[in-house]
Amino acid sequence: MKALRNYLDKIKPNFEEGGKLAMFRSVFDGFETFLFVPNTTSKTGVHIHDSIDSKRVMTVVIIALLPALLFGMYNVGYQHNLAIGSDPGFWMTFLFGFLAVLPKIIVSYVVGLGIEFAVAQWKKEEIQEGFLVSGILIPMIVPVDTPLWMIAVATAFAVIFAKEVFGGTGYNIFNVALVTRAFLFFAYPTAMSGDQVWVRTADTFGLGAGQVVDGFSAATPLGIAKVATTATPEYPWSFSDMVFGFIPGSIGETSVIAIAIGAVILLLTNIASWKTMFSVFIGGALMAIVFNVAGPDTATAQMPWYMHLALGGFAFGAVFMATDPVTSARTETGKYIYGFLVGAMAIIIRVLNPGYPEGMMLAILLMNVFAPLIDYYVVDANINRRLNRVKLNK
Amino acid sequence: MFTFAGKLRINNFSCIMANVIKIKKGLDINLKGKASEALIAGGKSDSYAIVPDSYNGIFPKVVAKVGDKVKAGSALMIDKNHPEIKFVSPVSGEVTAVNRGEKRKVLSIVVRPDGEMAYEDFGKKSVASLKGEEVKDALLNAGMWPFIKQRPYDIVANPAEAPRDIFVSAFYSAPLAPNFEFILKGQEADFQAGLDALAKLTAGKVYVGVRSGSAVKNMKGVEIVEVEGPHPAANVGVQINHIKPINKGEVVWTVNPADVIVMGRLFNKGVADFSRLVVITGSETTERGYIKTIAGCTIKSLVGGKVLDGEHIRIISGNVLTGTKVGMDDYLMAYDNQITVIPEGDEVHEFLGFAMPRLNQFSVSHSYCSWLMGKKEYVIDARVKGGKRAMIMSNEYDKVFPMDIYPEYLLKAIIAFDIDKMENLGIYEVAPEDFALCEFVDASKIELQKIVRDGLNLLYKEMN
Repeated sequence: MKALRNYLDKIKPNFEEGGKLAMFRSVFDGFETFLFVPNTTSKTGVHIHDSIDSKRVMTVVIIALLPALLFGMYNVGYQHNLAIGSDPGFWMTFLFGFLAVLPKIIVSYVVGLGIEFAVAQWKKEEIQEGFLVSGILIPMIVPVDTPLWMIAVATAFAVIFAKEVFGGTGYNIFNVALVTRAFLFFAYPTAMSGDQVWVRTADTFGLGAGQVVDGFSAATPLGIAKVATTATPEYPWSFSDMVFGFIPGSIGETSVIAIAIGAVILLLTNIASWKTMFSVFIGGALMAIVFNVAGPDTATAQMPWYMHLALGGFAFGAVFMATDPVTSARTETGKYIYGFLVGAMAIIIRVLNPGYPEGMMLAILLMNVFAPLIDYYVVDANINRRLNRVKLNK
Repeated sequence: MFTFAGKLRINNFSCIMANVIKIKKGLDINLKGKASEALIAGGKSDSYAIVPDSYNGIFPKVVAKVGDKVKAGSALMIDKNHPEIKFVSPVSGEVTAVNRGEKRKVLSIVVRPDGEMAYEDFGKKSVASLKGEEVKDALLNAGMWPFIKQRPYDIVANPAEAPRDIFVSAFYSAPLAPNFEFILKGQEADFQAGLDALAKLTAGKVYVGVRSGSAVKNMKGVEIVEVEGPHPAANVGVQINHIKPINKGEVVWTVNPADVIVMGRLFNKGVADFSRLVVITGSETTERGYIKTIAGCTIKSLVGGKVLDGEHIRIISGNVLTGTKVGMDDYLMAYDNQITVIPEGDEVHEFLGFAMPRLNQFSVSHSYCSWLMGKKEYVIDARVKGGKRAMIMSNEYDKVFPMDIYPEYLLKAIIAFDIDKMENLGIYEVAPEDFALCEFVDASKIELQKIVRDGLNLLYKEMN
């Protein structure tokens, strides 16, 4: 490490003001602080600082996402094998999925980080690490057959218009990954919904070629429920398949178990708020029960609450998206309200909207808008208490 | 109007029962380098100084000239806006320098002691027989007034105003802070006299915050309030917020407990005797304990020969959260009775630190292991350990901010300098030190105390 440090110290002057590579200063800075903890010491205020920093926070979130990502890769291969009726074994199955997902991760990171680097350099700021999480979330919430160019366009749109125009990480109103998803959803609906996109039937880099078996359908459980003519349709999967995640769906969203591992990591490290997370589940469960009791006689309305929570992007959204500290409510009381409404709204959209089988994305984006309003009323209570104190004294 | 949210927040918060405040939010940072409760040698200083930067809200005007012979208690400096507020020499001797910086800002007024320690005679007085105005004049004349700070604004108190109440927090809870019980030993009569004097200055009460089992509980004529819980339990602002919060238009005064003893001495002995105990602490010291010295002494006289060798150390006048970085040739800051020496850390390059376990590092975040380590003592250096970011994580500040205030929203109002919002969110109740722990735990590494200090200064200008 000493050699690396010496090398950095040697080339550093080139990147400083007036150096010949000064135009890449933010990029150099970004890599240097990535490799070595900055050794700047405090100038004002406290003399010691907690070892936590935003890089650490983002790292923990990425680690928490890994179980869902790895399972998602395996499931891509698994669903493909079902489609072509072959069984090449665990490792080949995983490799198929890995090769299918990897280009998406690369595209999302290259496009997103490229824009971040450029903007940081332009604004002469440090590179911020927020996109490290968004960049891995984006491939996890799209169908496996989403074309790479669409991901590139949507990522660019989201990073520029949902984040940088607001001032960068920490100032955005909407969750960046979800804006990417929403852009894809509305701009390229045929690539993002229906019963064709969820399973890769073609080969990946020549791997896993084969004929699709007769009667194969790539519909998701929620898709089946949406078009079902009875209130109790037949699903080709057991409930345990849905919990373990052996069902078609967006890459990272299918396995409740893998997401639960991530949730445990986020909660143990206190990075995500349990208040938000559990409120989402409670809101969703209660809303589902309300529809069970008093809802219309459709398959989605009559779906039991535990299936609602296990299917689609509900668990993934609750654990990784609703808890985004920047776009969710920031007051502790507000988090209960915010989370509850996210969960309830997701189920309402699923049940009542005739067009969309899934409501989690729209529910979170909608509540992103309302989060500041929720906080406003929570803080307002404190303000009123202070004003009342004055009145009582008079 | 009490809303549901409001009720939740109050339950979360604390309760006052029979003069006991239980504080739940906060953080005790277990630093290495605790001092033993024993006197150690040191404190003989070859010069003493008044450092105007110790004080907030004053405009220094030097009234002594280089070469003047002064006694302990002779005025060296006054506040231009309140000429009755004097800053006096802590020792007798000769004024040797008035050091100035940019724009002729006064950095320090230095007195070389003559070794005789001649005092200005202010006359012994029984506080009980004095009127409030007489107490005030006595404190002003003897240079004791700057010990009294006011809120709002956390500045030297304006003698023309009448405080609603006066608050003294008679213990310390900051990292490695001195034990006030040890300082108080043998000084009880002076402490009582000081409290009596304060009681004359307000029509309200003098509230004294103590730990359970404190000798301070025997003090008369004041309202004793027991405070439980971690730092910042000893921050007077926290106690005010729980006992009787400051409303718009009200003024309260606060005094450090060690300074109350000095005030009491003025009445009991008739002289301005600024001697005090200073505790030497921190992982980079070789000898730790209490040193008897006089306010304004040099740092060298306190820690010279007691510090580990090497360039990479940081000496702090005060504690690690609110203190001032000083060098050997600087002077003890006016309100401080602690020196902390920690590693600077500027030579440390941690490879991929953000992704490493870093078992020996302290963090309130559970992404590090320190929450599993129990009562381990930590050596923490002065590195910021991260880049400055916008506020990203929520609820970080609230966890260490035990006041009925939303710190994040107040800070944002200060940054935007929205006066109405600042007032509504409680700006008049806070001092920069109340945000010190928030600044420590902040993953975004924002200089919160500076934001609050600048905001208070600007607000003071706007309002006056």
